[in-house]
Amino acid sequence: MPLVKISITLKPTLLDAQGRAVHGALTNLGYDNVEKVRIGRYVELNLSDAADIDAEVKEICDKLLANPVIEDYRYEVAQ
Amino acid sequence: MKFGVAQFPGSNCDQDAYFAVKDFLGLPVEYLWHQERDLKGADVVIVPGGFSFGDYLRCGAIARFAPVMEAIQEHAANGGLVVGICNGFQILCESHLLPGALIRNDGQKFVCKHVPLEVVNNTTQFTHLAKNGDILSIPVAHGEGKYVCDDETLTTLKENKQIILKYANDSNPNGSTDNIAGIMNAQGNVFGMMPHPERAVSDALGSSDGLVLLRSLLKSLA
Repeated sequence: MPLVKISITLKPTLLDAQGRAVHGALTNLGYDNVEKVRIGRYVELNLSDAADIDAEVKEICDKLLANPVIEDYRYEVAQ
Repeated sequence: MKFGVAQFPGSNCDQDAYFAVKDFLGLPVEYLWHQERDLKGADVVIVPGGFSFGDYLRCGAIARFAPVMEAIQEHAANGGLVVGICNGFQILCESHLLPGALIRNDGQKFVCKHVPLEVVNNTTQFTHLAKNGDILSIPVAHGEGKYVCDDETLTTLKENKQIILKYANDSNPNGSTDNIAGIMNAQGNVFGMMPHPERAVSDALGSSDGLVLLRSLLKSLA
């Protein structure tokens, strides 16, 4: 049964307020080498069959899981 | 002339909108349950504020696919008036009835306070009883109200005068692009704004400045 692992993040041009806050906290903790933090969402899908995984996953992401206006997504398929 | 107020699980400004219309405009109004496709003859549909479906995934992302939204999209396509307030604005953006999107406030915090809003286009069915430059005191109450869109969309919004309300006097509570607080679609029948005009309908609530917007809708129907 294919397992699809999807990561969704704000587009690079948008300010990620959460990531900025976490970056500030890491800096305060002394991790000066952390240059940037981006926070996103992680989704796993278990598919019962997989005729055309790529087409289906892209459709699902574009329609519901991600908002193409503000977010990018990438995914990998594990069997 | 009739209003409808959509209700999703997690809506919490539906009753405020209902009573603003019923008691302060004196017009018939009905709730529109999210699982129904019937708009019950409403001429104006309000998509109210709240946290529809718990704001899961993204604000408005799940409500967008509710059956009532299909009817609202059809209503909008036929030229019917639709007003999205706060979470309703987020839902209309997710539905692509309005361009752009609303993301987390720059300051990370939920902001709940009165803000001054400037009317920047009063030639719309939602603002025509106000004057350009009028400053309205209307409360915001949101954690994800920063309006964003790409440069091309922003240019289009400006050219078509689709930006109708802006945060005035350096009051931008969320980092919205160009201080945008409210926009409309190109056709001029779908409106979205983050502040809550239905919470500013009586001096007892701290302001009655929201009435000018709600009353504009009436005149446009008359």
